[in-house]
Amino acid sequence: MASDRIFGLVMAVVALAYIASAFQIQVSFLSDPVGPKTFPIIIGIVAALSSMFLVFRPDPEPEWPAAKTFGALAVAVTVLVLYAYSLRPLGFLLPTAIAAAVLSYQIAPRPRYAAIAGICLSGGLFLIFKYALGLGLVPFPAGLSG
Amino acid sequence: MDILTNLSLGFSIALSPYTLMLAVVGCFLGTIIGALPGLGPSNGVAILIPLTFTLGLDATSALVLMTAVYYGAMYGGRISSILLNIPGDEPALFTTLDGYPMAKAGRAGDALVISGVASFVGALLATIGLMLLAPMLARVAYLFGPSEYFALYLLAFCTLGGMASNNQAKAAIASCIGLGIAMIGVDNTSGMPRLTGGNLHLYDGVDFLVAIVGLFAVAEVFFFIESHGKESSIGVKLEKVSVPWKEIILTRWVMLRASAVGFIAGILPGAGASLGSFLAYMTEKSIAGEKGGFGTGVAKGIAAPEAGNNAAAGGALVPMLTLGVPGSGTTAVLLALLMTLNITPGPTLFTDRPEVVWGLIASLLIANFVLLLMNVPMVKIFVRVLQVPPAILLPGVTMISFIGIYSLSGSYFDLLLMIVFGILGYVLRKLDIPTVPVILGILLGGNMEDALRRAMVISDGDGWYLFSSPIAIGLWVAAVLGFIAPMFLRGFLKKPQRVTD
Repeated sequence: MASDRIFGLVMAVVALAYIASAFQIQVSFLSDPVGPKTFPIIIGIVAALSSMFLVFRPDPEPEWPAAKTFGALAVAVTVLVLYAYSLRPLGFLLPTAIAAAVLSYQIAPRPRYAAIAGICLSGGLFLIFKYALGLGLVPFPAGLSG
Repeated sequence: MDILTNLSLGFSIALSPYTLMLAVVGCFLGTIIGALPGLGPSNGVAILIPLTFTLGLDATSALVLMTAVYYGAMYGGRISSILLNIPGDEPALFTTLDGYPMAKAGRAGDALVISGVASFVGALLATIGLMLLAPMLARVAYLFGPSEYFALYLLAFCTLGGMASNNQAKAAIASCIGLGIAMIGVDNTSGMPRLTGGNLHLYDGVDFLVAIVGLFAVAEVFFFIESHGKESSIGVKLEKVSVPWKEIILTRWVMLRASAVGFIAGILPGAGASLGSFLAYMTEKSIAGEKGGFGTGVAKGIAAPEAGNNAAAGGALVPMLTLGVPGSGTTAVLLALLMTLNITPGPTLFTDRPEVVWGLIASLLIANFVLLLMNVPMVKIFVRVLQVPPAILLPGVTMISFIGIYSLSGSYFDLLLMIVFGILGYVLRKLDIPTVPVILGILLGGNMEDALRRAMVISDGDGWYLFSSPIAIGLWVAAVLGFIAPMFLRGFLKKPQRVTD
């Protein structure tokens, strides 16, 4: 109940913001009868209406995980974001090993196993991508490989 | 005898050693992808697309490889359904209903062989159907103008939303999210940036590959973290594999009927393989009646959904190739592949690039035989694949997704966007909101708007032009029916629940 209502409200607000920004789209002097604004505005209206429907007629509550699991999910997201930022400066091997190990640990909490899985995945994937598929991956931080 | 000339052209391409090798590799990868729980046809194909693109395969090769993966995944989905009681993908759900009970009764090998043969019959008949029907439909598609295309896109969203979701409002929201994202970027007609929020990264729009990999592959990792991979331990043992000829012959009519039902369901835009296996199973269940023993592990209950599922997978290629409107989630991903390769699906594809279409069809015919070999005598290899623990598999899939997207664009912005889509996919699935309409919206949003705008240019802004031809009116009626009818049919067509231990 509550989840659907909250989601419906959030989506309704997003849809209104979307419609508002669609009205701001600049129209060039050479335009067709429909113009660049109309379709986004229609989408926004349909989205807002169906969101309101969800607020008034919500489905039964889904099973949300416990707070601890949300912690694990937050850790996973943080690790993935850091991974995205570190791929270029730190090279492939080190960030991949760490990110894979952390994800593995979040799925099955066995530290040693996760560490080995991370290292093997990082090394194995590097070999496959670099030599079998020929992608131009940089293995080490830019400073080290000179 | 047009078809024979075209087929010989197709086979001349498909039988070249390189293409043949790609088809075999695709079948192998596909069966593994289908068999692994947590890696279905949609996300399997999705994470492979960036890789084929960076490998620099030409259009025909890439398409042959990926459709072989697609067919393979449809075969492979049954392995985890039968052995683990976990559908490898949504359409394989109905295979668990009889497959798992049969496996628990000590006949896992028989169940795998029967379902393998059923998959073969369904897929082969559907490929032949595709071969006969697609050129005809392509000719009809020439009659389609912008107003018909607009109605057709609408139909795809409506049927997909109506069939795939339990709540129409949620399906509509999902479609709007996708369409809304498709609008971001520079407007094709006027050249003005739209809805970018001033962010330069968004001027090119949101790459649909980023969205697909995020929604399908990254979201899956979050689900496995939630469940700690508990669900996936092998439930039953596979001892020896022999061919139960008697039961295969006994189920021949079931397979044929189920293939026909599945193929038709697959052709409907947006309906897809789940509907195919569902209808096939329910039809056979009502034909067999109470005495049929459906749900207790009978051969017919395994043959029907598998033939239906694979026939629908072939059928779903028909609207995708001829009209550019995918019939299922995975064909939506294949459409993304075509767009990445700069191939415009539609009637012109059949006249301008016959080598692509017929090479593909011939490869699919060959792939079916390869898959039958892999999935019946060699099935034990794939059963071993199921023993890869999720704690290695899922991090591996995530890393492959990251490398794939990173090698496409080399920008961390796309990686961040992919993570955002992963979170979105997790939340949507938790709330029982289908994610396939989001993908479809991102893929088709631009075309749908173009169709509307071109229609309005032709008619000088007269809205009635959208309903000006019989085809357009028919599509509008079908769209409205496809969206509304499931609300009333829901009482009848209750999905059978999964077998619980």
